[in-house]
Amino acid sequence: MKVTIDGHSIEVEPGTTILQAARMIGGEVVPPAMCYYSKLKGSGGKCRCCLVEVAKGSEADPRPMPKLMASCVTGCMDGMEVNSKSSPRVQEARKSVTEFLLINHPLDCPVCDQAGECDLQNLSFEHGKSETRFIEEKRTFEPENIGPNIQLHMNRCILCYRCVMVADQLTDDRVHGVMDRGDHSNISTCISKAVDNEFSGNMIDVCPVGALTDKTFRFKSRVWFSKPYNAHRDCPTCSGKTTVWMFGDEIQRVTGRKDEYHEVDEFICNGCRFDHKEVKDWIIEGPRAFEKDSVINQNKYNRKLEKVEIATESHILIGREEDRKKISMAEFPLTEEDIINQKSLGNNG
Amino acid sequence: MSQKILLDKVTIPGIKTYEVYRANGGYASVEKALKTLTPDEVVEEVKTSGLRGRGGAGFPAGMKWSFIDKKSGKPRHLVCNADESEPGTFKDRYLMEFIPHLLIEGMITSSYALGANLSYIYIRGEYMWVYKILERAINEAKAAGFLGKNILGSGYDLELYVHCGAGAYICGEETALIESLEGKRGNPRIKPPFPAISGLWSNPTVVNNVETIAAVPWIVNNSGAEYAKIGIGRSTGTKLISASGHIKNPGVYEIELGLSVYEFMNSDEYLGGMSSDRPLKAFVPGGSSVPVLPAHLIYKTANGEDRLMSYESLSDGGFATGSMLGSGGFIVYNDTSCIVRNTWNFSRFYHHESCGQCSPCREGTGWMEKVLHRIENGHGREEDIDLLLSIQSKIEGNTICPLGDAAAWPVAAAIRHFREEFEYHIRFPEKIKNRDHFVAEPFEKVKYLVAKELI
Amino acid sequence: MERTHYKQEINITEALMSRINELINHYPEDKRKSALLPVLHEVQDAHENWLSIELMDKVAEIIQIKPIEVYEVVSFYTMYNQRPIGKYMFEFCQTSPCCLNGVEDLMDYTCEKLGVKVGEPTPDGLFEVRGVECLGACGYAPMMQLGDFYKEHLTKEKVDQLIEDCKNDTIILHDI
Repeated sequence: MKVTIDGHSIEVEPGTTILQAARMIGGEVVPPAMCYYSKLKGSGGKCRCCLVEVAKGSEADPRPMPKLMASCVTGCMDGMEVNSKSSPRVQEARKSVTEFLLINHPLDCPVCDQAGECDLQNLSFEHGKSETRFIEEKRTFEPENIGPNIQLHMNRCILCYRCVMVADQLTDDRVHGVMDRGDHSNISTCISKAVDNEFSGNMIDVCPVGALTDKTFRFKSRVWFSKPYNAHRDCPTCSGKTTVWMFGDEIQRVTGRKDEYHEVDEFICNGCRFDHKEVKDWIIEGPRAFEKDSVINQNKYNRKLEKVEIATESHILIGREEDRKKISMAEFPLTEEDIINQKSLGNNG
Repeated sequence: MSQKILLDKVTIPGIKTYEVYRANGGYASVEKALKTLTPDEVVEEVKTSGLRGRGGAGFPAGMKWSFIDKKSGKPRHLVCNADESEPGTFKDRYLMEFIPHLLIEGMITSSYALGANLSYIYIRGEYMWVYKILERAINEAKAAGFLGKNILGSGYDLELYVHCGAGAYICGEETALIESLEGKRGNPRIKPPFPAISGLWSNPTVVNNVETIAAVPWIVNNSGAEYAKIGIGRSTGTKLISASGHIKNPGVYEIELGLSVYEFMNSDEYLGGMSSDRPLKAFVPGGSSVPVLPAHLIYKTANGEDRLMSYESLSDGGFATGSMLGSGGFIVYNDTSCIVRNTWNFSRFYHHESCGQCSPCREGTGWMEKVLHRIENGHGREEDIDLLLSIQSKIEGNTICPLGDAAAWPVAAAIRHFREEFEYHIRFPEKIKNRDHFVAEPFEKVKYLVAKELI
Repeated sequence: MERTHYKQEINITEALMSRINELINHYPEDKRKSALLPVLHEVQDAHENWLSIELMDKVAEIIQIKPIEVYEVVSFYTMYNQRPIGKYMFEFCQTSPCCLNGVEDLMDYTCEKLGVKVGEPTPDGLFEVRGVECLGACGYAPMMQLGDFYKEHLTKEKVDQLIEDCKNDTIILHDI
């Protein structure tokens, strides 16, 4: 199947999402993603950062899709043409979403442990404005202690649901979730219970912002002062392949190994993450080339996403033929009147 | 007197019970369909009828049915959406409360058409007494052999249950409803896949509004072609309208689509005109989500044609000078009502009902409410009006489900048609201190304060 | 978010349990979770109209799901109460059509008469006034929900009468 994004064409397998295709192309066409995580089933579609314009639906049905589509949950069609960075409409939508994500965010980056490796900072850098139009009181939440390893700062959360999916998909005993609703939705255990499952630490790695941070690293250093090294150990629970963050000879923090899109290669266990902070615990492989566009950028990171992983995208294929019909409603052609109405809808406001 | 096909028997004493309903021709469509028609033939009749979804979107019901996936061999389900919660709408409750067997009959006939053997009616939790009415009606129908195994000896099996929600407007969105029916939070799903392919428990599912399903028995009994003769153009059939606000006779009315708005508003058969002698100021024709219209656009469209109660006529002029039929929640305002307060009220509703899953709706609805609350309480700034327009445009079209649009449209429409009232609130905070300030001093009297000078 | 923990006496009677099992049977065997909302209604009705953590845990055990799945659902829907509430909860609809018919004045009147603010039970725990969003009775405004029932076309006199009836314990809250 051939798909074209901002003029770059690429062959993809059925079931590939637009976002994955864009990542295969790489560079500026890649939409930002705050909630999608390729290793978590059912993730994506919520933050609306990755909206793109589908200018041509497919070879079979070339009509454009009327609304912007979330690229992380929209499957490619043969002959599809997508506008990402090249579309003013898309740029405007990304600015809008960025503004929405920031209005209630505390903007406490100077004291946030995520600063320097925060996806929201990167998003704001790309699509944010220098001024706020929000003069209302910000929404805040009462703090909750969720145990000795993980610090929860609900005020910073953007509700990507990734941590909930980690708990659902990596452990069989999820004790935290999303409580309440609307703009009061919050991540909580409801009963102030410790989140201490063997793989719970991965919630920290998947969190795109500083809502879930490592308590054992809290206020120890700014991330850009420590140096990341790839390291491994013989671990009975996980692969033992990690990144250790060192300041001199001291291991300040252990995380999963993250790729260009801040996704971990493999999830690691809490033993590796929290309990092995001595140099002798690890076989250090060497400095880790790092990061896309954060302040710790060393411009060394250049691994291409060569083959798309479609295991988690299988749902995209479900009923795609029927869906195609329904999206475009080929059997229910628009009357002239409808088209005029739609145009006036588009001009509304 | 226009033709009634849903509420024609509602006044018969005892029609709530199976015996009376049956004695008055009830369940004939089940007999006809199961004994003489194939499921596909029933679908065809509904397609021919032109019946459109009565929940608000107006999508052709027969078309929706034809999308259901029959190839996969998975069990199929019909779910009736009785989560009526659009402000201004209370027609489904009326129908279910006073003639429950009509819905049960529609569910059986429609389930047969779809090949569904397990169907549900999802009713909002607040309608608890109606839930009990439906439960009793289902038990009666089951005892009479219209539900269960081998219905009327046809070999067709159907189990039907009522499921109650627990207070969430968002569960009226079909995928949120399905999530809620699965015992989860009412977060709408990402589409595709659509429910017709993967709905309840990942099985092919059709979700239809109460009124849509209740129209099916008549269509099966009298044919789709007969139904299509009622109404006007592509607005076929009859529609239940819930009328409220400053009118003489609030309540639920069944009208033939195509009736003029003027007649509906003023004739004694329907709303009987305004409740007091005060002039008409504005109306919302299809529930809180659709754009409000000012007096001069109510009886006539922008082109000067008579405005009719139909999908097409009410949306004539697009959003610039038109609105939508929506769910048929008809709210009328006289000159004592304050458009700013009303817009804030609706905004508070959407803020309260946003599920919080996607960012534009979660953050945007709250922001709009806060700004409107400030304006309503005398703390508005001139730039707030354009700010509101900007926020609503950033929500619209960028959300997972239509709640974002529903929250955005009323704000845009209120400013479009009543901008001066917003300016009045911002510039004269001392005059709007009391929430009923327009009772003593209607806007027409103070309009000169903010009117643009004509030179 | 840290939450206050309220204690509650739990009593799942035989009758309640058989109703719960009936509800669970409305869904396929491997879809017990679907019964969660209706079961929570029944359990709440039998426990002074609110759900403590312990009660939610009990429901999780009966439905065979994780406690967190129950907490998530209970906190999403407005009809489930997570703290002790007034025995007679006057839930006034405060959405636009009811406002056009004076519900705001009526709420002020009721609060003043009971000497409470919206959302606070009376000291004797008998009454509570709450503003809720559209209840689908716009044509019969102003109105409120009391237990399973709607009280419509309200006036000050009707509110007075309702308060009297509640005090005399002659109000039916649940449809059986």
